[in-house]
Amino acid sequence: MIEFTYARASDPSHALLLGAAQDARFLGGGTNLVDLMRETVERPRELVDVTGLASGIEETASGGLRIGAATRNTALAEHPLVRSRYPVLSRAVLAGASAQIRNMATVAGNLLQRTRCSYFYDEDGSRCNKRAPGQGCDALEGLNRGHAILGASDACVAVHPSDMCVALAVLDATVEIEGAEGTRQIAFADFHRLPGDTPHAETLLQPGELITAIELPPLSNEARSAYRKVRDRSSYAFALVSVAAVLRLEGGTIAEARVALGGVAHKPWRAAKAEAILIGQAPSPELFRRAADAELTQARPLRDNGFKIELAARTITAVLSDIAGDAA
Amino acid sequence: MALTVNGAPVPVPTDPRVSLLDLLRERLDLTGTKKGCNQGACGACTVLLDGERVLSCLTLAVQADGRSVTTIEGLVEGAMHPLQQAFIEHDGFQCGYCTPGQICSAVAMVEEWRRGSPSNVTQDLADSAIELTHDELRERMSGNLCRCGAHNGIVDAIVATYVTEGAR
Repeated sequence: MIEFTYARASDPSHALLLGAAQDARFLGGGTNLVDLMRETVERPRELVDVTGLASGIEETASGGLRIGAATRNTALAEHPLVRSRYPVLSRAVLAGASAQIRNMATVAGNLLQRTRCSYFYDEDGSRCNKRAPGQGCDALEGLNRGHAILGASDACVAVHPSDMCVALAVLDATVEIEGAEGTRQIAFADFHRLPGDTPHAETLLQPGELITAIELPPLSNEARSAYRKVRDRSSYAFALVSVAAVLRLEGGTIAEARVALGGVAHKPWRAAKAEAILIGQAPSPELFRRAADAELTQARPLRDNGFKIELAARTITAVLSDIAGDAA
Repeated sequence: MALTVNGAPVPVPTDPRVSLLDLLRERLDLTGTKKGCNQGACGACTVLLDGERVLSCLTLAVQADGRSVTTIEGLVEGAMHPLQQAFIEHDGFQCGYCTPGQICSAVAMVEEWRRGSPSNVTQDLADSAIELTHDELRERMSGNLCRCGAHNGIVDAIVATYVTEGAR
């Protein structure tokens, strides 16, 4: 690690003041940032600890939920209102990392963990456009079994590893941000960026801006949701493919359909093409497979990860079939 | 600026780069907590921070300012902790390197289970009295790797201490 200073923010305005310094970074649980600092991939000169700020979960006037940015993953997953009203979010959080890491990690930190791969970590031996823009990407022709099949570019094929974010994508969450100019909100689907030719810029957050909360809109009582994660071992591993989905049936047809994928792209991937196929149709495994295939026609495999395309199609089909149950 | 380690006040290191793990091992000579991967992948460095299990390798010591840390040494109250004894009786280790992390992790895991915290294998999220089945236990302990493969003994030791006998 290179040298840095450490300060605790007492409130959001104090955090913004401290965070305005050059090379300052906000610190949540540190499960990703401290690790990357030890590898000198991340080199902040000042850490501003924001874990003492808002960590409550409260109901909003519209019947949704407002989740404080510093809420720990464990507290989020076990909260009664999350378990009862947004089970897909509890499920996704519980599928991620280990209990120790979930006890440390914050909600905002989960959003801001780096989209990364092993070449990103390998500062001494590999080229990476994320670490050193313009340097090139050794994953493109390297070991890329875990890498992206959707939305990637020649500059970067890494995937966003979060499970929680896949659920937030399917729940149409909003990210609340405070900055020098005041408060603004960004739709969760827009918050993370595809790599394009600037893979080092992973979100729309500007330097010095602080995430203060995540807001979830109400979810209809009739809507049913599920999360499934497919990985190399049954626990404590990143997703090869994961699927979060919400379905609402009305009179035998699909009135509402939302599908998001994890482990396949630089950001949590909202499957809009699949959703368009599902709306207004009678649920069936054949329809679900057709929707999955419609989404995945745009998939581009690398040398080692072609299996992810069929795996994603089958996982989407299985998750939607599970949710639809006897109706399909 | 101070934290509490096993009940005793300890000054926070002036260099914020010092991890909680290095503070414990290198400066306080509490070498029970082990450095395995030093990157949050193995769980050997698990300690309790205000009673919750965390990875001391990814915790900066300064983040623990004002908080209370319990290590494997702090679990001993005169006699060995019942779970330590059970690890011996059930062959819960071979080389022993992961053992302090396993034991600290299990002690906190049981508290999570008792307060009704669900896991990835919990069938019903609304369940307020989740049974600590074999699958639940293994999932909840998945953050602690054992390269010797003593997992069956580890599970047996935890079951004997907290499920079968209902001790502590």
